[in-house]
Amino acid sequence: MDKTINQKAWFLVLPVFAVVAFSAILPLMTVVNYSMQDTFGNNQFFWNGVGWFKELLDPSTDLGGRFLASLGRNLLFSAIILAIEVPLGIVVALSMPREGWTVAVCLVILALPLLIPWNVVGTIWQIFGRPDIGLLGYTLNSLGIDYNYVSNEFDAWATVIVMDVWHWTSLVALLCYAGLKSIPDAYYQAAQIDGASRWAVFKAIQLPKMNRVLLIAVLLRFMDSFMIYTEPFVVTGGGPGNSTTFVSIELVKIALGQFDLGKAAALSLVYNLIILIVCWVFYTVMTNAGVERPAKKGGA
Amino acid sequence: MARIDLVDLAHSYGGNAAPPESFALKPVTMTWRQGGAYALLGPSGCGKTTLLNLISGIVTPSRGKILFDGADITPLSTQKRNIAQVFQFPVIYDTMTVGQNLAFPLQNRGVPKAEVEARVKQIADLLDLTPYLGRKATRLTADAKQKISLGRGLVRSDVAAVLFDEPLTVIDPELKWQLRSKLKALHRELDLTMIYVTHDQTEALTFADTVVVMHDGRVVQSGTPAELFDKPAHTFVGYFIGSPGMNIVPAAVSGHEARVDGHTIGLHRNYGVLPAGAKIEIGVRPEFLHVAAPASGLLSATIERIDDLGRARFARVRVGDEKFSARMPPGFSVPDNMVGLVFDPAHVHVYADSRLVEGVA
Amino acid sequence: MHSIPGRRLIISLFLIFLLLPIYWLVNMSFKTNAEIVTTMTLWPHQPTLENYRRIFTDESWYSGYINSLTYVIINTVISIAVALPAAYGFSRYRFLGDKHLFFWLLSNRMAPAAVFALPFFNLYSAINLFDTPWAVALAHCIFNVPLAVWILEGFVSGVPREIDETAFLDGYSFPRFFVKILVPLIASGIGVAAFFCFMFSWVELLLARTLTAVNAKPISAIMTRTVSAAGMDWGLLAAAGVLTIIPGALVIWFVRNYIARGFALGRV
Repeated sequence: MDKTINQKAWFLVLPVFAVVAFSAILPLMTVVNYSMQDTFGNNQFFWNGVGWFKELLDPSTDLGGRFLASLGRNLLFSAIILAIEVPLGIVVALSMPREGWTVAVCLVILALPLLIPWNVVGTIWQIFGRPDIGLLGYTLNSLGIDYNYVSNEFDAWATVIVMDVWHWTSLVALLCYAGLKSIPDAYYQAAQIDGASRWAVFKAIQLPKMNRVLLIAVLLRFMDSFMIYTEPFVVTGGGPGNSTTFVSIELVKIALGQFDLGKAAALSLVYNLIILIVCWVFYTVMTNAGVERPAKKGGA
Repeated sequence: MARIDLVDLAHSYGGNAAPPESFALKPVTMTWRQGGAYALLGPSGCGKTTLLNLISGIVTPSRGKILFDGADITPLSTQKRNIAQVFQFPVIYDTMTVGQNLAFPLQNRGVPKAEVEARVKQIADLLDLTPYLGRKATRLTADAKQKISLGRGLVRSDVAAVLFDEPLTVIDPELKWQLRSKLKALHRELDLTMIYVTHDQTEALTFADTVVVMHDGRVVQSGTPAELFDKPAHTFVGYFIGSPGMNIVPAAVSGHEARVDGHTIGLHRNYGVLPAGAKIEIGVRPEFLHVAAPASGLLSATIERIDDLGRARFARVRVGDEKFSARMPPGFSVPDNMVGLVFDPAHVHVYADSRLVEGVA
Repeated sequence: MHSIPGRRLIISLFLIFLLLPIYWLVNMSFKTNAEIVTTMTLWPHQPTLENYRRIFTDESWYSGYINSLTYVIINTVISIAVALPAAYGFSRYRFLGDKHLFFWLLSNRMAPAAVFALPFFNLYSAINLFDTPWAVALAHCIFNVPLAVWILEGFVSGVPREIDETAFLDGYSFPRFFVKILVPLIASGIGVAAFFCFMFSWVELLLARTLTAVNAKPISAIMTRTVSAAGMDWGLLAAAGVLTIIPGALVIWFVRNYIARGFALGRV
């Protein structure tokens, strides 16, 4: 882990820096610029200072109310899907067959939802859940459960959550499976000799060996669920009412729907800042976890 | 603590129906006494790890039985066999401290807390781990980790045998010696049956009082280090053990004489009837073959190379197409590359189809 | 010991849960609209290929596939090409601001697409790239390049430093060392990174839709548009959906033996 200090390494990193800066810094500057201005259309802009930011964080205004409500919904959504997908992903990873052709079949089916375009994921669940033509909706209704994700808030939430579980649990499961695969057989044999119960094996061997990938899984899942846009937009369009309007959906409504550039830009910055902070916390935890790695090398 | 009997034990990873020559372990019957230190020695793929895994219960034998103190434990799971095993790579529970690692096997078996603490303390003292008890096990060096794996085995008072699967592979050379002495000392102190798998003859010969040499799924010889050295039962043992290994050359043997390259070598015993059609060879360790000035009555040879091993010098010599290693007496110098070879007849052995033939005195 | 009691049941139920909605989509795609709307059938009673025929004969449909694949491939190539040297730099050297730079890169992977949609629209319009595959390919770099750097850094760190040193002692120049020695050594890592770039570029819609109008419209965007215009043509929608799943399914099938290693991202 003793890297040499060499400032010339910047040349190696320069292309990446250029590409990402082009895609990130320039647009971000536009956003900052907009966030301080107001527009009445026709490309006429007025200086508005931090006005939008004040409004954004004040729940009594229209903008603030909508932002904070969608933020709350989004956090609740992220919490629910993490609480389902992480344990479920671990259970699925532990249930994977050990060898033979079934392994490849399971892996391929698991990975399948991950490679479906997000709006198609929405379409699939839209079709699957409709009470008139969808298998799920039809079955539930014929069982006497009054299910309709278009008109009922609870049903809409349930649909969006089940859809996300369907879409992304595989990612957690595959990451965990990769972590489990890296455990040498000797660990299981030693645990057997030590008389460990199934639960003790999980706690003492499997969970510690998975913790790095789990951290990555939680980070990716939190971030992606916090930015979720396409899938609920296709299924529920943010409704009924605003019940499934998450931050990204709200943002696109304001920016592209109402062309309220100032408000949208201010919202973008705050949104981005939240993500940056969460990302930084994870990054710190992860690099600290990485410090212990060299010591583990003997066991690898 | 137990005596271990292997009864017609054999294993094939391809199942019992596989052809006999493909068995990873060919049928073996032997007894290991309680309290003995045994080494299973052989090159990779010789079946030694398979045999170890059969004893520990990780692998179930295709055929045969394993008895601990006369009781058949073949169908028992690893947990119920009461054995301890130290693996090639240190296995430690990352998230636990050294103390928790040592306590783990006892806690799993529901041993009362006070007793657990007492045992852990005792074992930690024995293994010099006491200063580390509160430390996270992940941060320790490889040799300390191996001691922890060993400690997890020893902490149980009922352990029948301790198995070692090449435990020194990842240990630094200077620490290997220390750890091996520690094992010897523990063995004397605790009166445990220990079985040690290795491909390193030095480790095997210094650790064990009985070395079991394996080759191609078969036990070719089981004996004390001295027996393996003085009287290899199989040509494989001859050249696998000893450095340089035994010289083994084709020869025509009759009575008290062996003929190699038209030259007659005297033998200590009489080999009257040798199996017809068998491949006959003689074997002599380089330690019992030395070079001398060429003289009539000596097998003459050409020196190709001289290896100075510090304590002794060995010459690589050639006789016709055959190569020999032979000891060079101190101070002996070679005028030209021609020398004569002097055999010690008491240590020349005869092999028929690679197996030792006992002569008649 | 590896797995848990009842694992067969658990994994089977989960796989059924994954497959059922997809089956339903496939089922729909072979039905006529009349059958879809009037009856509830578990399999097509009057199977038809009409929906697929319409997609393959209408240029506005199949050009969508070509557009999507074009920008996905451009993006994958750019991402890997710029990420490789950077991954090597981050893995081997310390330099001014390295940790901050790495974090900044990663944070871009996490940036919400919705935030960038509008500024990207302005930016690419200004440089005349709007409605070309290049606009989408470059826009997707914002999350794929950091990801590729991150994955490749893990794989490069797995190559012992002694190999670099030996190569330089043997007189390899840096570019030659890179191409002849390093790249073959981390070939599987490059495969994994390319897989992830492909995956995330293929599934993204918001940016792809915002940055295209007519000529470079991706297939997934055409789907949404055509459906709203044609009313509820469920059969056609389902068939188009099935066709968007196929490239992903093919990619997975080819990499099936590397999935487990791939998801370890070279760092377990």
